[in-house]
Amino acid sequence: MKITMPRWFYQLASPKWCYDILGMLSPWLGLAALILLSVGVVWGLVFAPPDYQQGNSYRIIYIHVPSAILAQSCFMLMAVAGAIGMIWKMKVAHIVAKSAAPIGASMTIIALSTGAIWGKPTWGAWWVWDARLTSMLILFFLYIGIIALYSAFENKASGDQAAAILSLVGIVNIPIIKYSVEWWNTLHQPASFTLTKKPAMPPEMWLPLLVMVLGYYCFFAFVLIGRTRIELLEREQKSGWVSAIINEAR
Amino acid sequence: MLSVLNLACERDNRMLFNQLNFSLAVGEILQIEGQNGSGKTSLLRILCGLATSFEGEIHWQDLNVQDKLSTYLASILYVGHHPGIKSSLTAEENLRWMQQLHPHLNKGSISEALQKVGLYGYEDVPCYALSAGQQRRVGLARLYLSNHPLWILDEPFTALDKRGVMEKEQLIVEHATQGGCVILTTHHDFELPDQRLRKINLDQ
Amino acid sequence: MNFLLATIRRELLLAFRNRSEIINPLAFFVIVIALFPLAVSPEASVLANIAPGILWVAALLATLLSLESLFKQDFEDGSLEQIMVSPQSLLLLSIGKVISHWLISGFLLALLSPLLGIMLFLPPIAIGALVSSLLLGTPTLSLIGAIGAGLTVGLRKGGMLISLLVLPLYMPVLIFGAGTVQAGVMGLPIGGYLAILGAMLVLSLMLAPFAIAAALRLSIRG
Repeated sequence: MKITMPRWFYQLASPKWCYDILGMLSPWLGLAALILLSVGVVWGLVFAPPDYQQGNSYRIIYIHVPSAILAQSCFMLMAVAGAIGMIWKMKVAHIVAKSAAPIGASMTIIALSTGAIWGKPTWGAWWVWDARLTSMLILFFLYIGIIALYSAFENKASGDQAAAILSLVGIVNIPIIKYSVEWWNTLHQPASFTLTKKPAMPPEMWLPLLVMVLGYYCFFAFVLIGRTRIELLEREQKSGWVSAIINEAR
Repeated sequence: MLSVLNLACERDNRMLFNQLNFSLAVGEILQIEGQNGSGKTSLLRILCGLATSFEGEIHWQDLNVQDKLSTYLASILYVGHHPGIKSSLTAEENLRWMQQLHPHLNKGSISEALQKVGLYGYEDVPCYALSAGQQRRVGLARLYLSNHPLWILDEPFTALDKRGVMEKEQLIVEHATQGGCVILTTHHDFELPDQRLRKINLDQ
Repeated sequence: MNFLLATIRRELLLAFRNRSEIINPLAFFVIVIALFPLAVSPEASVLANIAPGILWVAALLATLLSLESLFKQDFEDGSLEQIMVSPQSLLLLSIGKVISHWLISGFLLALLSPLLGIMLFLPPIAIGALVSSLLLGTPTLSLIGAIGAGLTVGLRKGGMLISLLVLPLYMPVLIFGAGTVQAGVMGLPIGGYLAILGAMLVLSLMLAPFAIAAALRLSIRG
């Protein structure tokens, strides 16, 4: 099966081209992340109105929600990159997937710990088996599995493919996991108060949240690019263009 | 029948071989020589499609192997370091499974082949109860049953006694004279009556 | 099709020759179950409460442990290589291996489970739910687990890794499997639960063999 793709797609396969393009994008994304995150944090934590029920403690959603969204988007990205890497035998796609895994895992950790911190004033307990928190915990386990798989292979190409297969299996499973966990949750805790599912948030509350989410995406892209470029250099250390960069730096 | 163009293989950032070119005609036996770690096994694994990280092309009957992998696989017999013999199955059960893997390329009967390799009477003995040499002979029996045009054998003479070596040598030559091809790695010196034997040294 | 049947016949014959392969998961299942009365409480009311969960977790772990050896022998003795260099399909082999794995693990666990259910004071009306949920759920566990086994078969230390890879993927089956038994205990209809377990089985039956075959291919190529 051969699917023809536009020219830029094939250029992505060239490590040097990717390295250069990503290097050009990186400072802009970093700058955007810095601006969006500063604006979002100040707006969300200082100027947004307090919640009528939870008071000020709800403000942690400005950290919690974006990291939860990113954790899921990152897994999606890994699965798509893994599929591209498998179908078109594109090394760069595998490198992107590999670089994304620890960032995604960190996002789940942030989401879980902010969820726990938020849980204390809301439910009076550090941990509650809430549907969303439980799904996030399972997502964290999936990330751990993928990272462990990468490191278990001595041959990097095999590790890439193994992780790509696992992330594809994972992405098929994630909706099933979410659905099962939600169902399980309603069975055991009928009509519980769930995090993040707020009916009709006023714009003064969700606008800073939107800014934070965008900021997180930029930050994610910025870190991902940095990691990808380092991994590219490491994998391509024997090729001419890497030596040229090293000589230039000297 | 088989031609190899500009084959190169790199493993763990080390070039095993480069610019390898050879072709094999009907009735030829190719012996691959080289020190340990020179890439003999890697080359054999590439030639039978088990390894895919290489550059260059392999053609079988003028078709690129990678485009027609299944037809190519249907014509080769590969016996590696681990021949795929289950120790808890008997010689006969093992051989029957191997026939099922290649349903169209069998000749002769299993009991005849076992008789030829001197395992007559051991049909019902599980392989773990056979000696190491006898276990190798199960692998030898497999060659008697094979009608594959191309044999790829990795170190076929290890752990065989003198008689076993002679029989296997004979079988290989016979296969070549009947229009087959053989590629093998061995340190063993072949005594061949005619010019069928060709050698490649991976150290050079 | 012939090859599929031949694979199943061969696998069952091999399992029959190494009978410990069949007995070990069953023994593990029984022993793990026996840990709970000792660790929690032997009281009927307590045990009956947690029995659905325990039975399912123990069955899941028994399946998981038996998976490590699913491809190990074939990988080490060269059988997998021989299939790769043959014109036979790795996909059919994967399906055949999983079917035979299920027959000697999940299927037997399901047959054994009523006995353990009684030992844990599971109400008799829930026994049917227990057996049927295990019969429908464990094949999915074998299918998903075989992906993990295929991915790790070439690694020297694969055992722990399989659990890390596979356990998170097992959670939906666990939730609905234990849920079925729980519903059985409460005398609720279990048809809907079984339908969901069946749907998961169909989905994994359609997709998992491709992943298993791809995993094996990459493990053999090394």
